[in-house]
Amino acid sequence: MNGFVWGLIVGLAAGLLIAIAALIGVWWERKVAAKIQMRLGPQEAGPAGLLQTLADTIKLVLKEDITPNQADEPIFRFAPFLVFVPCAAALAVVPFATGWAPFNIASSALFFLAVPALSVIGILLAGWSSRNTYASIGGVRGAAQMISYELPRTLSVLSLCLLAGSISTVGIRDAWRWWWIPLTAVGFLVYFIASIAELNRGPFDLPEAESELVAGYFADYSGIRWAIFMMVEYGGMVAASLFGAALFFGGGLGLPGALGAVVFVILACTLATVMIWVKWTFPRMRPDQLMGLAWKVLTPMALVQLLVVGAVIAWL
Amino acid sequence: MTLQIESRTPALDDAGHPVEELVLNVGPSHPSTHGVGRMIVHLDGDVVVKVTPVIGYLHRGIEKMAENRTYLQIVPLTDRLDYVGSMYANWAYCRAVERLAGIRVPERAEYLRVIVCELQRIASHMMSIGSSAADTGAFSMFIYTFDVREGVVELFENLCGSRLTYNYVRPGGVSKDVPEGWTDDVLAFTGSLGPRLDELDRLFFGNTITRGRLKGVGVLSPEDAVAWGASGPAVRGSGVNWDLRQHRAYSVYPRMEFDVVVGERGDAYDRARVRLLECYESAKIIEQCIAQMRAGAIMTEGLPRLLAPPVGEAYDHIESARGSLGVYLVSDGSERPYRMKVRSPAFCNLALLPLLAVGHTLPDLVVILGSLDPVFGEVDR
Repeated sequence: MNGFVWGLIVGLAAGLLIAIAALIGVWWERKVAAKIQMRLGPQEAGPAGLLQTLADTIKLVLKEDITPNQADEPIFRFAPFLVFVPCAAALAVVPFATGWAPFNIASSALFFLAVPALSVIGILLAGWSSRNTYASIGGVRGAAQMISYELPRTLSVLSLCLLAGSISTVGIRDAWRWWWIPLTAVGFLVYFIASIAELNRGPFDLPEAESELVAGYFADYSGIRWAIFMMVEYGGMVAASLFGAALFFGGGLGLPGALGAVVFVILACTLATVMIWVKWTFPRMRPDQLMGLAWKVLTPMALVQLLVVGAVIAWL
Repeated sequence: MTLQIESRTPALDDAGHPVEELVLNVGPSHPSTHGVGRMIVHLDGDVVVKVTPVIGYLHRGIEKMAENRTYLQIVPLTDRLDYVGSMYANWAYCRAVERLAGIRVPERAEYLRVIVCELQRIASHMMSIGSSAADTGAFSMFIYTFDVREGVVELFENLCGSRLTYNYVRPGGVSKDVPEGWTDDVLAFTGSLGPRLDELDRLFFGNTITRGRLKGVGVLSPEDAVAWGASGPAVRGSGVNWDLRQHRAYSVYPRMEFDVVVGERGDAYDRARVRLLECYESAKIIEQCIAQMRAGAIMTEGLPRLLAPPVGEAYDHIESARGSLGVYLVSDGSERPYRMKVRSPAFCNLALLPLLAVGHTLPDLVVILGSLDPVFGEVDR
């Protein structure tokens, strides 16, 4: 098949996956948060409130798409897509099955680390073009935070690349062995924390810190463009969970067909649920503490992990 | 009316040029201004160089309205002062009226007043801790503290029919005696309070991120606390042992055994934790009150429908959840006060904000404001 056509299909599928993930993810997050907070959560629309997100989406699509007078209109209207596309692109290299990813490129691990990081440009532009002080502060915070957390996240995945002898996500997953779990436990922790920070989710949701910045970089967005920002959060959560489950936990490798897929999905859902749990339990950090965590704690931890993995490989 | 702190030198960069400041308007409609507070914040990067609280968005002229109402009609107005601690304003006002008119209050009414006010303290402190937690992003904690508060609100609903504006304490006593089984409900509530507070303590104050966010933020020295007229948890958090319930013991507080909780460092963490620990003490006081309370009248006999105190003036104060809440009344001998003035602890504590916030970052500003626990109904009056 023509690569361009395949690219279109994968792009559509990724968009669809993110939309579905957001639909279910929002519902699941609301249910988990409700459980944590001794509430019931959505329950009127559809069975157990499953259709609540759909209703909300319809409402959001029908709402007026406001562009503030002061805003830099073309950039303001374009920024949500700049955030969305890199997030969707990351899904193209998820090793869904043994030896298979939608796009099996040789350096897909780098692709997966580098491309979602591009969404920082969208966040910065969204904050900047709003011509709103809150949004500007949120955008700048987002840029600082995402760039800082790139480093520990990349280093933690590098340990896996070293173990697998490959910088392809498919290669890492296929080379996965069970004893990687204890060996890369620290690396996984770094990856997980850095991923939450990359997604701007609590306790690292500083760019959109509700209690200080109201909604941060998307404070002035409404309707469907606002919904895109929300979808990116869930899309990013899905991507981070899928990669975490596939690379660090093997994603059900070696299990026959459907069982492997089920284990993979369960692993990914567990990681996403832990992210939700963390968000609804912890307070938010302060920008300087956030930077301190990235540079003083997570980066050294990832480096030590890399050293340990290197030593183990040399010893093997 | 704005409060200006002008004694600051403009921030200079390395080359000695004044730094261009970012002016951020926070409020009056903002998630963490605790109502309709407004602050004009000048930022140098992320650091607050100047903050000007702007108040008056909830000014209803309650003190002026009081001049056109009879003494009994003013009680519902006082409900609207500190709307998360209505019982205090009721009581402070009634004490001033009673002092003015020379009314003696039956003992049972005094016990009931102490019980409801200590319950109110638990409710108010829970609200404060919860919103402090929400300011730092821990929204679940907010729900947990509101769950505790809900217990108090339900007790009040059973007692006087209202959940927010109680109109319960009246000149001469209280409006209603307790319904059947109410004291048992109160004891059940205070009995279960300890473990619930322990849990909140571990969840919020034991959390590393919370400690990082609250400790060392907005440090108020004991000298400044006294000089600026801070009261309540704001002054006790700085280690100043000052509590009207003990040091100007009124009502039946002299018969109560309880400790005044004081902090050490005077930061946002200590102020918030003093509030949590005070809830334990409140529970102790409530239990003692119920043990000591005897049947009897709840309202002074033979009070006229229209009180007309003799010409004169009176001031009385109580320890509210926010600090020393005082009411000053002037009577010209008619059935309406000539003047009423409320000494609002929330107002006095809010004045500390510029002192505490300068030099901290924007996220800290929100935490500091929350730690002062302003209620704008009482600030603006």
